[in-house]
Amino acid sequence: MQFESFSDFLAMGGYGLYVWLSFGVAGISLALLAGISRWERKRLVQAIGQEQHRRARIQAARQHQPKAAQPARNEELS
Amino acid sequence: MWKWLHPYAKTERAYGLCSTLLPWFTVVAVSALLTGTIWGLVFAPADYQQGDSFRIIYIHVPAAMLSMSTYVAMAVAALVGIVWQWRTAYMTMIAMAPVGAVMTFIALFTGAAWGKPMWGAWWVWDARLTSELILLFLYIGVIALYGAFDDKQQAGKAAGVMALVGVINVPIIHFSVEWWNTLHQGATITKFDKPSIAPEMLWPLLLNILGLAAFIGALTCVRLKTEILRRESQRPWVLKLVAGDKESDNAV
Repeated sequence: MQFESFSDFLAMGGYGLYVWLSFGVAGISLALLAGISRWERKRLVQAIGQEQHRRARIQAARQHQPKAAQPARNEELS
Repeated sequence: MWKWLHPYAKTERAYGLCSTLLPWFTVVAVSALLTGTIWGLVFAPADYQQGDSFRIIYIHVPAAMLSMSTYVAMAVAALVGIVWQWRTAYMTMIAMAPVGAVMTFIALFTGAAWGKPMWGAWWVWDARLTSELILLFLYIGVIALYGAFDDKQQAGKAAGVMALVGVINVPIIHFSVEWWNTLHQGATITKFDKPSIAPEMLWPLLLNILGLAAFIGALTCVRLKTEILRRESQRPWVLKLVAGDKESDNAV
């Protein structure tokens, strides 16, 4: 242990501002990068799932009324 | 038929490999970074010249070293993509670029916050600092060039050429402290001699280098998985995977 007290630790021998600024900005950057990377993945998986659902619904509508071409399109819009 | 089957198997296999590696990278990154940072901030002795400000080394040096290593890795991926026309290689390249850019930013920022108390200036147009800044622009250039094309195979080729040309900057950064008379200090660890740093200061530094490298590996895995899904979103295996993901989400 190099520091006498917690306030001593925060002061960093007078260099507190620079040390904590460095570690703070680095930590925030890494956390943001990790967060954005995970969020992008989640959003993409959702989008692919939605597209899949939409296609399944169109196909289901087509099978229900095979003679009419229009309902499939309505289904797509709704 | 092989032409169709070959890349199909590859992206799926690359995806599986990323899924296998991800938890290991995460465990190593979290444990090594936590230990190294706490050790460096609390237990390592203060520097006899710089006092406690030297503790910035525990984030500055790992970020700076790995910003260069990540660039080399990205350029190797670009080379593989260009030579063997390998789509997965371009995806790896573009998965790494933002990670490397963030490392470069951290290296530059912490360097500025260290330079202010030690040199009396946030920024000087010194060879080391300027070449590192160029590295940041190279990363941004690769990302921007990749984004400028709609055809992602073309995008990979163009950005890959840029990444390869930019490799020349990496040795310039490394040797800038020897070739030019700079304000930045010389190499402490990456030289053939014994490291000129006390062991009780060196160990937490090595831990943080390892931890940050694992962090970069983990993020590359996550981003590569996303990139593969985005490019292969029509493939049956992706659709099956997404459907499976949803069911497990509902179960929880």
